Amino acid sequence: MGTISLKNISKSFGYTQVLNNLNVDIKDGEFLTLVGPSGCGKSTLLRIIAGLEQQTSGDVLIDNKNVNRVRASERDLAMVFQSYALYPHLTVRRNLETPLRLRDYNAFERLPLIGNFSPSKKEKTESINQLVNKTSETLKISELLDRKPGQLSGGQRQRVALGRAMVREPVAFLMDEPLSNLDAALRVHMRSELSELHNSLKTTFVYVTHDQAEALTMSSRMAVMIDGNLLQLDTPQEVYDNPSSLSVAQFVGSPKINIFKGTADSSGTVSFLNVNLKRKSSESNTDLHIGIRPEHLEITNESNENTFSGTVAYRENLGSDIFFHVNIEDGSNKIIVRGLPQFTHQILNGSNVNIKRVSDKALLFNQAGMRVQFTNA
Amino acid sequence: MEAKQYIGEGWKHAILIIGAIVVMLPFYMMVSMSLKSQQEIQSISGGLIGAQETQTFPVCVKTGYSEETCTMKPYQYNYWFAFEKAPIPRYLMNGVIVTLSIFIIQVLVALPCAYALAKLRFYGREFVFSMVLFCLLIPVHGIALPLYVMLAQAGLVDTYSALILPWTISVFGIFLMRQFFMTVPDELIDAARMDGMGEYAIVWKVMLPTAIPALLAFAIFSVVAHWNDYFWPRMVITGNRDLFTPPLGIREFRGGIDSDEFGPMMASIVTVTVPLIVAFIIAQKRFIEGITLTGMK
Repeated sequence: MGTISLKNISKSFGYTQVLNNLNVDIKDGEFLTLVGPSGCGKSTLLRIIAGLEQQTSGDVLIDNKNVNRVRASERDLAMVFQSYALYPHLTVRRNLETPLRLRDYNAFERLPLIGNFSPSKKEKTESINQLVNKTSETLKISELLDRKPGQLSGGQRQRVALGRAMVREPVAFLMDEPLSNLDAALRVHMRSELSELHNSLKTTFVYVTHDQAEALTMSSRMAVMIDGNLLQLDTPQEVYDNPSSLSVAQFVGSPKINIFKGTADSSGTVSFLNVNLKRKSSESNTDLHIGIRPEHLEITNESNENTFSGTVAYRENLGSDIFFHVNIEDGSNKIIVRGLPQFTHQILNGSNVNIKRVSDKALLFNQAGMRVQFTNA
Repeated sequence: MEAKQYIGEGWKHAILIIGAIVVMLPFYMMVSMSLKSQQEIQSISGGLIGAQETQTFPVCVKTGYSEETCTMKPYQYNYWFAFEKAPIPRYLMNGVIVTLSIFIIQVLVALPCAYALAKLRFYGREFVFSMVLFCLLIPVHGIALPLYVMLAQAGLVDTYSALILPWTISVFGIFLMRQFFMTVPDELIDAARMDGMGEYAIVWKVMLPTAIPALLAFAIFSVVAHWNDYFWPRMVITGNRDLFTPPLGIREFRGGIDSDEFGPMMASIVTVTVPLIVAFIIAQKRFIEGITLTGMK
């Protein structure tokens, strides 16, 4: 079992409040991602779960047991760090053995030389060896066991760090930006490996990242944190489609969501630029922010009351997609539109284009940045 | 390389060579004098090793040996007589006992202190560290007398304890190791905590192995300082020759009936210096690494 509950967690360093009354319930076997811009407190939250940091107030429950006063080593969690944090003076094998030796050997057996006289040590050593071998086979690092961390590449170190976390078969894995030191290609590759690992281990993963792409691709649920507050906790698709606030919408998704200034008239009908959405918001007579993702805008030849026009400032060709950075005519906005290469390859920097929105795909936010629902279809 | 560059390089080397000569010359004199006879030393003749004529040495005879025993080549005589006159192996052993004990206890104290000052968060840490820095400013000679009085009150004068105890807490060691530990990433310590290590285990099993270069640098500072120390042993070892450290032993050769016989004296100095030089050469590479690593200039 590996459920983790955080109840009313707050944390401040001196006068700086870094976590603000957070409540999270992590289910057994879940891949939960804590995601947010740097400095939002996600790493601090992970360290509080790990027991490396003490919360100012609130409770941490692991398998429904309150562990506020339980030391990090006794929480039966394993952690993978951004810098891998392997013991530089020990071989890979000893690195993997260390957590097991500390858990299985008693104080006497850990003594050098005389510890070997303990009758039970041989048996324990045997089982430690087996676990190390099993783990290194799973991670395909068997041939690296006699090397020192300094002789390994970044990806290999990453695997060893994972292995050191895995050998103990903990109730949950905590990962603090484990992929951010890898190069881009390896990072994408490790994403899929981590997902596979999670599927085969069926253990709870709590994963911290500032990269929303990692969160979207790997997690069963993601928790978006900004400025020490938990803004939304849901499946990646739900967070992407239905962000609860403007900050979440802007943080999740790449390229960023386009935000237009719009208004709701007295009947609640929403419009922006020259476009009338012909839908009503629950708030009337107010200014609104209207969010439309780049893939929900398209470049068109039509020019009518559903389109607006602008000049292409920059064309970002990714091969499968082309993103057009467009300056809108009234100069108020710079937006990003996705185009499919087969239709838009002839559009160059400086071209004038008409842009149409895909209907039903707008998100409304009020002045405070909170989500506003449409009242009709 | 062009001629100009050669000249530029040449200047650098010339200056370095002059510096090396200035540093090496006393050593050359020491080795040379330890090989030559008294007449050659006093008349400054004979080059490096002198004529090495077999002769009878008057001081030796005066001390009470037969003329036959006292007839040999100068280099044999110098070293033989040095060992004959003073129990040099005993002094060397004292030196080893004292410097090693001091170093080991210094490490036992300094490493946990440095770890706490570098990596643990506790109230008043900065104050404690500033006190450490403050202690670096206190000259040993300034507190020698009170220290002596305390040791005398405790009845420890003329014991190994008197030679060792005052030096067991090295603020320099604490400072040096703390600066090194600051560069060790916090994540490594957190990883060790997650693996189940206690704070002391972290100090000895994680911090110590990563700090070997810095520790070696400190070892050389500490061992050289206490091996060569004359001032403190002279104060606290008042009568018991069995406790003499090497520098005190060398003093045996000054004064007395043989007044200043330089040959055996230099021979004893060579014997006392060689262990340090050998140790330094062995540790040299890692010592220099250690210095650059800790950013000491």
